[in-house]
Amino acid sequence: MILNENDLAALAITLKLAALTTLILLLIGTPLAWWLARSRWRYKFMVEAIVALPLVLPPTVLGFYLLIALGPHGPVGGLMEALGGRPLAFTFTGLVIGSVFYSLPFVVQPLQGAFISIGRRPLEVAATLRASPLDRFFTVAVPLARPGFLTAAVLGFAHTLGEFGVVLMIGGNIPGVTQVLSIAIYDHVEALEYTQAHWLSGGLLLLSFLMLMMVYALNRRFSVVRP
Amino acid sequence: MTIEVQFQVCRGDFTLEVELTIPARGVTAFFGPSGCGKTTLLRVIAGLERGVKGNLSVDGKIWQDEQSFLPPHRRPLGYVFQEPSLFSHLTVRGNLEYGCKRLRKEERKVSLQRAVELLGIGHLLERRPHQLSGGEQQRVAIARALAVSPALLLLDEPLAALDQARKQEILPYLESLHQELEIPVLYVSHSRDEVARMADYLVLLEAGRIQAAGPVGELFTRLDLPLAQGPETESVIETVIAGHDEVFELTFLEFPGGQFTVPRVHRPQGTPIRLQVKANDVSITLEHQVKTSILNIFPATVDQLAEEGSSRATVRMLVGTVPILSRITRKSAVELDLKPGKVVYAQIKGVALLS
Repeated sequence: MILNENDLAALAITLKLAALTTLILLLIGTPLAWWLARSRWRYKFMVEAIVALPLVLPPTVLGFYLLIALGPHGPVGGLMEALGGRPLAFTFTGLVIGSVFYSLPFVVQPLQGAFISIGRRPLEVAATLRASPLDRFFTVAVPLARPGFLTAAVLGFAHTLGEFGVVLMIGGNIPGVTQVLSIAIYDHVEALEYTQAHWLSGGLLLLSFLMLMMVYALNRRFSVVRP
Repeated sequence: MTIEVQFQVCRGDFTLEVELTIPARGVTAFFGPSGCGKTTLLRVIAGLERGVKGNLSVDGKIWQDEQSFLPPHRRPLGYVFQEPSLFSHLTVRGNLEYGCKRLRKEERKVSLQRAVELLGIGHLLERRPHQLSGGEQQRVAIARALAVSPALLLLDEPLAALDQARKQEILPYLESLHQELEIPVLYVSHSRDEVARMADYLVLLEAGRIQAAGPVGELFTRLDLPLAQGPETESVIETVIAGHDEVFELTFLEFPGGQFTVPRVHRPQGTPIRLQVKANDVSITLEHQVKTSILNIFPATVDQLAEEGSSRATVRMLVGTVPILSRITRKSAVELDLKPGKVVYAQIKGVALLS
């Protein structure tokens, strides 16, 4: 067996992390994206800038601040300790929190774009057809924004798969707990274990490529169907 | 049974300020040039515009006042937008059922079946919106608005986005709606022709203010309004088929001022027919002409005169109680010594049937 049990554990952790992060981001990102798409608040641009920060910040910056926040002396970690739990640094839960911040714009931005492209008209029509605001959201906005949801989910998932800096800072690279695939590759290269590095890298590359192809293929199909 | 509207809306540098009472019966048209605020007014009545203060009550029920605002999804209305706006993620059937699914059982008065029949879209039910032509889409949009059994139907220039052929295709459907259903309609248009054909009550808007409001026949013949200026000046007269002449294939149309004789209309006695009489087709004589080919000659009283350009005049006459406009030269007006109160004869060379 070329890949040892640590590598397989890394694969499992990576997939679990990506799936969980994507799910959480869809749940919290949807109302945020909806608000961003519809709000006319003049300071909305500040929120948009905050959401977009992970796109430009070095991952280590984000990782650093999260480490402090989640550590025993930080606001979140300290609260956890006071409540009787353990601090979140160097735990899988900590990784999830870090990933959620890190992949936020990759989920929120496609959703926001999809909601904006729907425009106001379909929702006004639904209102004149007796649909309450929540009803309109679920029966008109969500179905019409379906390509956006798919793009957001795939991008969020793929982006989380590829995390390195944030995960390293918060997670501490503990095999079997917080060692994800990207870090396992790094370790193999450092140890000159190029065969394993090839396998893991190639696999990750292939998976990412397939996911991106799916996103672009879906968007093409939907833009043909919708006039 | 009325609709009472009182609003003041500010949008940038445009202000809409209206206060009016409309009959909650028949078709009321909001007419005016682009940008006069008629669409904004319709949207405000539907509750689609945010942050608008005002009062609106429909048939005694308050939809908006100082303290309350009934959101659009709770107002018993149907709305047809200028562009068809069908839900692209649903079939035609899905679109039609969207609204009426959300009605309580006792609210369902217009059946889906009836709406489909009235608009002739039975063969399109399983298609998707992008597979329909513009005219078909708009017919589906109208049927969809009817399917929610509205107490008030709002149409925002429903024909504006269509070419002439599609317009002619849909107009009969709209006219039949008027006759078949008892639902009051608010119709926004910048087309004189549509308004002449369909409106019972007319509200004229200009730059966010109401210029005039009243029954359509009266407003078209008011000399102080822009409707009575220009070459398209016309009178709109409601008539009823009184009988037919089998020999000469003619139909007699009765109205409060007498009877029109027109080429045979193949409809039963008692059918209401709306007539359009162009002012250019109406001439005036002081004596009743006998040996003339014109059949439609009526005694009339001159009511008012107005100048039209440098060489013409528009004369408002009353045939019985019905106003009719005539466009003649100023010279003739002077030579015939036309003054308010003078008894003359109106000769009408051609009429157009608008029904």
